[in-house]
Amino acid sequence: MKASRNVLYGSLLLLPAVVLLWTFTYQPILGTIIDSLFSTARGKRPAVFVGLDQYQRMIDDPVFWKAMINNLIYALTTIPISMALALVMALLVNSRLKGQGAVRMAYFTPTILPMVAVANIWLFFYAPDYGLVDRFLQIFGWGGNNLLGMPETALGALIVITIWKEAGFFMIFYLAALQQISPSLLEAASLEGASYGQTLRRVILPLLMPTTLFVSINAVIGAFRLVDHIIVMTKGAPDNATTLLLFYIYQVGFGYWDTGYAAALTVILLLILALIAFFQFGYADKKVHYR
Amino acid sequence: MSADYRKKPVIALTHIGAWLLAILWVLPLLYAFWTAFHPSEFAARFDLFSPWTLDNFERVWHAAPFARYFFNTFVLVSTILICQLVICTMAAYAFVCFPFRGSDALFMLVLVQLMIMPEVLLVENYRTLSKIGLLDTTLGIALPYLASAFGIFLFRQTFKSIPKELEEAARLEGANGLQILLRVFVPLAKPTYIAYGLVTVSYHWNNFLWPLVVTNSVETRPITVGLQVFATIEQGIDWSLVTAATVLSVAPLVVAFLLFQRQFVQSFMRAGIR
Repeated sequence: MKASRNVLYGSLLLLPAVVLLWTFTYQPILGTIIDSLFSTARGKRPAVFVGLDQYQRMIDDPVFWKAMINNLIYALTTIPISMALALVMALLVNSRLKGQGAVRMAYFTPTILPMVAVANIWLFFYAPDYGLVDRFLQIFGWGGNNLLGMPETALGALIVITIWKEAGFFMIFYLAALQQISPSLLEAASLEGASYGQTLRRVILPLLMPTTLFVSINAVIGAFRLVDHIIVMTKGAPDNATTLLLFYIYQVGFGYWDTGYAAALTVILLLILALIAFFQFGYADKKVHYR
Repeated sequence: MSADYRKKPVIALTHIGAWLLAILWVLPLLYAFWTAFHPSEFAARFDLFSPWTLDNFERVWHAAPFARYFFNTFVLVSTILICQLVICTMAAYAFVCFPFRGSDALFMLVLVQLMIMPEVLLVENYRTLSKIGLLDTTLGIALPYLASAFGIFLFRQTFKSIPKELEEAARLEGANGLQILLRVFVPLAKPTYIAYGLVTVSYHWNNFLWPLVVTNSVETRPITVGLQVFATIEQGIDWSLVTAATVLSVAPLVVAFLLFQRQFVQSFMRAGIR
């Protein structure tokens, strides 16, 4: 009796969510996988089954590999640096500091701005000769360069912006975790004569592990999901030096309208995200044990 | 005593470090702000005594339909927020109070969307929208986000933490399922709702890629896409106008943030930790 009532009410309540999730998450996931096995329909030629041809093409596509490598570099630089900065910021703001509120706000404000706005501001800063960044570099005699226009520096220029924008966001989570550390633990450490460095290494950092894990998962997803600044600032130029995977998908899907190939590329992105999910679930258990 | 003596310079250094980093972090924003309020000839060279002006804003306001863009964003964000609150509350309530065989598995499936956000599937979602004829509509931008795994997850956690006794007491007094939801669960989950609301508003106010793909007209473009359309035309021509447009488009969110700073920060914390 109760079971059947639960099924009735439960499924009615879940209906809108399930329909929407099916339409815009699961069905497209399946659709992407199926589409990746077909050619792109063009004009009068309908899509035909091509098996793994799109994947073969991907393996032979230097731009795809460029995008993968760029994304890897992008993730491996933005994530550790912004997380380390976030931790430092949180420790600074959490200590007794004059103007604590103002400092915290300074760190956090870039986070609430849309990436489009941030990208437009920095496009101005990166302008050769009169942009803020270039004028700063002129002091050291490195001025006069179009940092976004050179293959060696373009990705780095975008990495700087991402770190600037994300560090404050991650700081918030560290700050929350720091405030939950019981003061008695820190007192105990100081009574034992532990230096700040020892307390940090032996007490604070281990207690922050769950937060570090949570933040790093978010950061990895972010590194593959957010490409607004690429669209605004470089569109992948120069010579695909700033092409990230999702941007390439956007370019192939909506620039060249090659939906079959875009689907194959999306499958790779989905695999990457699934890998992160498995990693997270594997570690989620440990996190529970820890607490 | 001796320990304090040793620490003083260290504390001073930490203070200086914290402040230097803070200045480095806001300097770009302040400079953009300054540029927006000064004549364009000063964009290229900073001069503390150059005259302040609202000219840039006036020109930007007339050069592109920013009022319309703001309106679009407002409608979009409100639609998403209201629908998300209703849909996610219903789903979370079902998972907590009406569990059935397979509902746990279903919940795990829902969580997939935490990892795979709708914008990752933009090619397929674009096709779906075009099939149902909702391209270039505000509803079309909103639809993929209306059922949020994050919202369902967050509300479920909160509902689960509410003592069973409260629910039973309400039932004994003759309250039906809907009344229990609206009189017991929702009021007790208010902090979570506020936290979720702030997170979702800032996310969708700032969202860009998906609206860029879906919209194609002034009537539907949110402010982020509108800003980009404007900036693409002006770039390299007049930086004062671009920064003025940027400042203009972020102003409502930044002002709201400055006013409700504490709630914002706490909400982000609360939404994140659980």
